[in-house]
Amino acid sequence: MAKLNMVQAINLALAQEMANDDSVLVMGQDVGVDGGVFRATDGLLERFGQKRVLDTPLAESGIVGSGVGMALAGLKPVCEMQFSGFSYMMMGQFEAHVTRLRARTLGQLNLPMVIRMPYGGGVRALEHHSESREVMYAHQPGARVVIPSGPRNARALLLAAIRDPDPVLFMEPKHSYRAFREEVPEQEETLPIGKAHVVQEGTDLTLISWGAMMRPALKAAARIEKQRGASIEIIDLLTIAPMDHETIAASVAKTGRCVVVQEAPRSFGPSSEITAVINDRAFLYLEAPVKRLTGYDVVTPYFGREKSYLPGVDKVAQGIAETLDF
Amino acid sequence: MPRKQIAKFSVPHVQILAPDGTADAKLDPGLPADTLLAMYRWMRLARALDERMLKLQRQGRLGTFPPNAGQEAISIPAAMLMRDGDWFVGAFRELGGRLVRGEPLTAVLDYYNGWEEGNVLPDKELRILPTSVVIGCQIEHAAGLAYAAQYKESGEVALAFIGDGGTSEGGFHEGLNLAGVWRAPLVTIIQNNQWAISIPRSQQTASETLAQKGIAYGMPVVQIDGNDPLAVWVAVGEAIERARRGEGPTLIEAVTYRLMMHTTADDPKKYRTEDEEKRAWELEPLLRTRKYLENKEIWDQDREQALLDEVKARVDAAVAEFETPKERPLDAPFDHVYGTAHPNIEAQRREFLAGLEGGGARG
Ligand SMILES: Cc1ncc(C[n+]2csc(CCOP(=O)(O)OP(=O)(O)O)c2C)c(N)n1
Ligand SMILES: [Mg+2]
Repeated sequence: MAKLNMVQAINLALAQEMANDDSVLVMGQDVGVDGGVFRATDGLLERFGQKRVLDTPLAESGIVGSGVGMALAGLKPVCEMQFSGFSYMMMGQFEAHVTRLRARTLGQLNLPMVIRMPYGGGVRALEHHSESREVMYAHQPGARVVIPSGPRNARALLLAAIRDPDPVLFMEPKHSYRAFREEVPEQEETLPIGKAHVVQEGTDLTLISWGAMMRPALKAAARIEKQRGASIEIIDLLTIAPMDHETIAASVAKTGRCVVVQEAPRSFGPSSEITAVINDRAFLYLEAPVKRLTGYDVVTPYFGREKSYLPGVDKVAQGIAETLDF
Repeated sequence: MPRKQIAKFSVPHVQILAPDGTADAKLDPGLPADTLLAMYRWMRLARALDERMLKLQRQGRLGTFPPNAGQEAISIPAAMLMRDGDWFVGAFRELGGRLVRGEPLTAVLDYYNGWEEGNVLPDKELRILPTSVVIGCQIEHAAGLAYAAQYKESGEVALAFIGDGGTSEGGFHEGLNLAGVWRAPLVTIIQNNQWAISIPRSQQTASETLAQKGIAYGMPVVQIDGNDPLAVWVAVGEAIERARRGEGPTLIEAVTYRLMMHTTADDPKKYRTEDEEKRAWELEPLLRTRKYLENKEIWDQDREQALLDEVKARVDAAVAEFETPKERPLDAPFDHVYGTAHPNIEAQRREFLAGLEGGGARG
């Protein structure tokens, strides 16, 4: 077991699966010689060579579009978008092809490809480098959108994503890239895509989050537990789409109260979907309205103002307290 | 049917001012001394601001930014050739050109320190578009601006910039194609600084030149030495005049070198040699421009020192103003989601403000 940060854990998953499977390759801007602007692909070029580690021209649509072709031909491309803010250049490919080929051919064709991208705020970056827009991808039928929250689940989910016969969009919370380390076993392990993780069981309230927001969520839960002896069940969504309705519904049926923490703007986001699922499946168990602690429906502020726009520990703790007291 | 050649193309290359400061007598546009001196002054100011920004960034007083050193001879002469009413459409490495067109130094500093205030010009009629961080889109915007100028028969032109890496984006190709089809008054300048972060020009495209990409869209093209302000002056000047006369767009490839890191978050040692950088510094534009002025006997060491003092004072003043605390309402992003207030947004604003302790940020 080694203590790795998320970037190292992602690097480990890529290296392990490239070693296991000759059809896996990585491609993207600066992924080779530079090792990726966040160093997620560091060392892969030296180890696996130019044929399998492609430093591409600056063309997101080309990277994903050619990835579709490679995947159709039996390769397993892991395409990197340098930042999620530039990934929309490939939205046409994603919406029209990546998510549809299986359905269009009634299952005859499938695309074993992964699209990785860092997303999210909190790193004092230039504009277009801080957004959280998972819903843009999650909203496409056929899309599977995975967001790890820590080194260990990042490694396990990425391995699963690469091995999956269908495309997976893998969004990496860049704020968590180097924020903390975890024991990550050298031995390969995977996590199922589509399954949320119950981080901690509890009886009084269900706290749901994903990605970088898991950290403030966990801290806030610990604070409230200490302050008031409440028992909080914590769910790390891990997969945004398709969403794990079972885990959410079962938990809220047990606790009767739910708080969702989302970095993205509020409207039409995953927290809206979670609320709807609870409405459908656990409404009669509710003791309080589902509370959404989210970003706002404003253009992501530049970093001078960014901090106060990200849900933080205080805000989450307050939201939990209000929901418990309702 | 015999095989026959149906089209033939060539790409001219222009250099007027050699690295040693001597100009080709036949091609030298013979600019008046005051124009040359103004140009050199802008170059020195841009370099001084760039160097100061790097220091500020390293001291934690500024956010991440892309240094411009070495590329002053491209956007500065180009911007000096523009008129009121023309559109300046930058990517993100046209610091000098922005200053020439009237963007305040403090706006540049604000922008790179995470404040939307940095995108607010003293007058929107300066027609400097905000930085295009998303690479490629700006060429399409510029094509539209150029079409609008044609539509209004205003005689205005759009001047757009993009990097060598940017020429791989769809936006670059779609924008040029549109301008070509419309014969729109668009001058596009590729700042080929040899690198797109870690990707060298040779891996960006298999094309021999970047200029030739414009041939495919039916426009005149030229490759110039981008460290040569006279070549830039002549090539951009001709292109602007053609555009104003209604003769359509031009693509110019200005060959230069990114002397510094891609941005302050980048480490070029990962992918290029210091030796390559050292050689590039010998070809940088300020050196040869100064020599040219000295050869013309309109410049000397005293004047150089006076200019260095002058630009330092300007940068000092700008930094002082930039660092003067300002009341900047934290909830400003709620003001401009739409042109008019919306109840949903206002409700979120109230929630946001209630969650704040202070109420205003210090900028
Ligand atoms: C659409 C898009 N993709 C990726 C990026 C990330 N990125 C920022 S600058 C850069 C390289 C740009 O190279 P070039 O066009 O040559 O301009 P230069 O930086 O050399 O001025 C990349 C890949 C971006 N800003 N926009
Ligand atoms: Mg470049």
